[in-house]
Amino acid sequence: MMDLLKLLGLKKQSSKDVAKERLKLVLIHDRSNVSPQFLEMVKSEIIKVIQNYMEIDEDSLDIQLTKTNSEDGERVVPALVANIPIKGMKNAGR
Amino acid sequence: MSEVIVITSGKGGVGKTTTTANIGTGLALLGKKVVLVDTDIGLRNLDVVMGLENRIVYDLVDVVEGACRLKQALIKDKRYDGLYLLPAAQTRDKNAVTPAQMVKLCDELRNEFDFILIDCPAGIEQGFKNAIAGADKSIVVTTPEVSAVRDADRIIGLLEANEIRNPKLLINRVRQDMVKRGDMMSIDDIIDILAIELIGVVPDDENIIISTNRGEPAVTDQKSLAGQAYRNITKRVLGENVPLMDLNVSEGLLAKMKKLFGIKPA
Repeated sequence: MMDLLKLLGLKKQSSKDVAKERLKLVLIHDRSNVSPQFLEMVKSEIIKVIQNYMEIDEDSLDIQLTKTNSEDGERVVPALVANIPIKGMKNAGR
Repeated sequence: MSEVIVITSGKGGVGKTTTTANIGTGLALLGKKVVLVDTDIGLRNLDVVMGLENRIVYDLVDVVEGACRLKQALIKDKRYDGLYLLPAAQTRDKNAVTPAQMVKLCDELRNEFDFILIDCPAGIEQGFKNAIAGADKSIVVTTPEVSAVRDADRIIGLLEANEIRNPKLLINRVRQDMVKRGDMMSIDDIIDILAIELIGVVPDDENIIISTNRGEPAVTDQKSLAGQAYRNITKRVLGENVPLMDLNVSEGLLAKMKKLFGIKPA
């Protein structure tokens, strides 16, 4: 009955649903808002691993935490996006 | 093996101190040797909640600074066998103690006690860092409000970043009547958002205020619903599998009578 009323727009959305939706959105922001030191740590580890296989341009390397749509397209999820210019391959990688 | 458990929340006023007092007393009632450590330096309250405020001589800062021996600062609760309190200093600030000193203190307490419960101050600064420094496990207290849940999420992230794995969630002050009306987030809603394991739910119960007025933890009150909730949580801390209690019986006799006669509760 409640659902029917809601569908017809006769019943206001319950306040707990409003709370839940607002929380979900604010937490996506909170959770992706990591400290620069943390990102610096991730960055240096990634560089270390990739340099075993490739020569990369460290200065123009860009890494950031952002948001993207989930695969089913229904949710917004945090994503780590790294842009790493490659200068050349190392022999060990071949 | 002794366990050091930190009780934390991020937000103030959600019931960390009450939770510490009740779980600690509950564990002592089940025969465990327990010490409650108040790390809220400058704003101590665990002493008054426990009704032990008149017996403080030395405090946490005195111990870490070597002004007294650990045993001299521990207050034995004469009502419950095996229960002790290490009070916080009231006239100092959070920086009077370091995380390294807390680790050392916790390790010293492990020799004497089965459970070391750390009552954490609100916030995420020095006091929080001190409180979690020596902990093996954690209980995150929240209430069904957006502000408390948001802060709990932040705290969960910080605990995990500090290698305190698997924090357990305690949802405090649940009002089942409001949940039913759709005006309060339910237990499932909150677990859905925070995605951690639940250790218990405590209903909003005026007996908590009454027992705090008297300085006697509600866990000892057989008639109080919150007391029952805390007894269940205590058993879960000990690893027992206790089903969640039915929060619907929270109505008093009067409310039940009114309902019976079709009078809407005020």
